[in-house]
Amino acid sequence: MMSEGSSFMKGMIFGGIFCLIMSFFETFNPGTHSEGHNHLHHHLKPVSKDELQKLSESQMSEFAMQVRVYCLIMVTPKLLVHWATANDTWSKHCDKSVFYTSEASKALDAVDLQEQDEWTRLRKAIQHAYENAGDLHWFFIARPTTFAIIENLKYLVLDKDPSQPFYIGHTEKSGELDYVEYDSGIVLSYEAMRRLMEVFKDEDKCPERGRALWKMSEEKQLATCLKYSGVFAENGEDAQGKGLFNKKSVSSLISDSISQNPGDVVEACCSDMAITFAGMSPSQIQVLMYGVYRLRPYGHDFHDSLTFLPPKDSDND
Amino acid sequence: MRRFKQNFLFLSGVAVSIFLTITYSHVQKTRTSSFVRIARNISTVKHTAQNRNATLDSSQKVRVLCWVMTQPQNLQSRTQHVHATWGKRCDTILYMTSKNTDFPTIGLNVSEGRNQLYWKTIRAFQYIHKHHLDDADWFLKADDDTFVVIENLRHSLSKHSSEDPLYFGRRFRPFVAQGYMSGGAGYVLSKEALRRFVKGFADGLCTHTTELEDVGMGQCMEKMKVEMGDSRDVFGRQVFHPYPPGNYLVRQLRRQRPWYLIYDHYTPVEGPGCCSDFAISFHYINAVEMHTLEYYTYHLRPYGYKYRFNPDELK
Repeated sequence: MMSEGSSFMKGMIFGGIFCLIMSFFETFNPGTHSEGHNHLHHHLKPVSKDELQKLSESQMSEFAMQVRVYCLIMVTPKLLVHWATANDTWSKHCDKSVFYTSEASKALDAVDLQEQDEWTRLRKAIQHAYENAGDLHWFFIARPTTFAIIENLKYLVLDKDPSQPFYIGHTEKSGELDYVEYDSGIVLSYEAMRRLMEVFKDEDKCPERGRALWKMSEEKQLATCLKYSGVFAENGEDAQGKGLFNKKSVSSLISDSISQNPGDVVEACCSDMAITFAGMSPSQIQVLMYGVYRLRPYGHDFHDSLTFLPPKDSDND
Repeated sequence: MRRFKQNFLFLSGVAVSIFLTITYSHVQKTRTSSFVRIARNISTVKHTAQNRNATLDSSQKVRVLCWVMTQPQNLQSRTQHVHATWGKRCDTILYMTSKNTDFPTIGLNVSEGRNQLYWKTIRAFQYIHKHHLDDADWFLKADDDTFVVIENLRHSLSKHSSEDPLYFGRRFRPFVAQGYMSGGAGYVLSKEALRRFVKGFADGLCTHTTELEDVGMGQCMEKMKVEMGDSRDVFGRQVFHPYPPGNYLVRQLRRQRPWYLIYDHYTPVEGPGCCSDFAISFHYINAVEMHTLEYYTYHLRPYGYKYRFNPDELK
C-alpha cells in the first residue's frame, strides 16, 4: 500500500517540478494564454452607436460619472515649455490633472518627486495618484510632449468597467512582452492601479529601481509588473480598426499618408476620434487645440449620446 | 503486475499534478469575461455629421464660384492638394494659369510671374464674367496655398445680398483710402461688385495701376464705389487670415508686431482671440498643412463636446 501511495506521490512531485520548469521557460504561468484569449483582449474599441442608443438615461449618467479621468503628467524642468503648454491646453480637460516632476521648478507648480530615475518616478507618481484618486476611476499617464483629447478617451472607455483591470494605449511587442508605448499615453483603470500597488510590494517581480544588469525602459517595466498581476496591454482603436493612440505628430502622419495614400490622405491617415499625438512643438499643440475644440464648418452637428462641457476659466477651447 | 501498477500510479500522479497546476493558474488569472462586451459592429460610415437645414438652404441660395490663382509648375506640388481638399466644395471651381492643361486649368492670355499677378486677376474676372456670371452669386479669389472653409464662407455671406456692391476679405489699411482686401487670405466679390469691376475696365475707369493684384483690386473697387464688408464674427474675431493659424493663435511675448498685423484695418488681436471658430481662410499653407487643416476642420473632433461658441443660441 505504502509503495503504491509513494509512487503516486512521486508522480505528483514529478508533475509539479515539470510545471515549475515549464513556467520558468515561459514568461508567465502555463495555462493562462490561449491564442483565442489573446485575440479577444488585444484590441479595444469604443462602444458602438447602436449600443449607446439602447442605454437608458440613468445608465448614461452612471457612465458619465464613472468615466472621469485623473491625468498624471510626468514633467522635468528641461521640458518647461511643453510643461507650460500642457498646463495651458489639454490638461484642463481632465477631471483632475496633477503634474509630477523630477525636481521643482520656480516657474510652475508640480508634485516634486525628487527623483531622477524614470521608473522610480513613475512608480511614485502612480502611488501618489492612487492615494489621491478620490472617486476617480480612470488614470491617464503622459509626458507633456503628448497631446490628448480627453473627451475621446472617455468615449473609448465609456462602457468599460474600471473595477476590471484595463491597460490601454498604443501597444508594441518586445519579445514576449506586449507593452503600451509611453509617448502615446497610458490608460489604466482603477483595478489595474490597485493591482500595481500590490505588485509594487514585490521586490523580485517589480523592483523599485530596476535591475542594474538589464535596465528596461519604464514603459516595459510597467508592462512587466502589470503582467505579473494578470493585466495585459490592449491597443485602443476605433470602429474601423484605426489606432487612437499615436506616437507621431499629426504632420508626420499626414506626410506619410500623402506618400502612401495620395488619393485619400485624411481618410487613410488618422481617426476622427483620435486620442493622442506625440512629438509636436508647443506652437503646433496650440494650433491643434484650436483645431480640435474650435475650428469647424458651420452647420455640421453631431448628435452624441453624452455631453462634455468646456472647462472653466479657459479661453482657447 | 506490481511494476505496472506502480508506473500507472506514478503517471497518474504526474497527470493530476499538471492538471491541478493548470486549473490553479487559470483560476488565478482574474480577468473574467464579466466586463461589458464591446460591440463588434464595424461601422462603415465615415463622417456622420448631420448637416443642418440652414446649410442646405444656404447652398441653394449662396452659390460660390471659386477661382484659384496658380501656375503650371505648381499643379502637382500645390494645386492638386487644393482640389483634394476644399476645391470641390465650391459650387464651381476654376484653376487659372497662363495655359490650358488637362488638370483642368484655364489658360488666360498672360504670362507667369509675380509682376503679372494683377493682369491674371483682371483676365480671370473678365473670363468669369463672360462665361460664368449666372453660375454663382459670389466670386472668391484664392491662391494655390490658401485653405478655405466653404461652409463658413456661405454662412458669412448668407446675411448679405449679392446684388449689393460688396467685397469681403481681410481688410488692410495702407495704399487705398478705403483700404483693400489681402490677396493671399482670399477675397470675395458679390455679383454686382464683379459687374462693376468688369465695367470699370471696359470703360477705362479702372486700369492696370500696380503689379500688386490685391492693391489694384482695392483701388478699382473704391473707384467703382464697391463697399468694404466686415466679415468678423459676433465677437469681433477675424475669419480671413493671410498667414497660417500658428502665426496668430500662439501666445506671444511682447515683441515688434509683424507687418501683416500692422496693416490690419481692425485692431489686431493675438492669441486665441485672433480667430473665429468659423474661420474662412488661412494662407501660406503647404501640402501637409492643407490636409492637416482638412483633418482638423472636417474630421478630428472631441466626442460630445459642447462648443463654447454657439452664435445661434445667443439669439
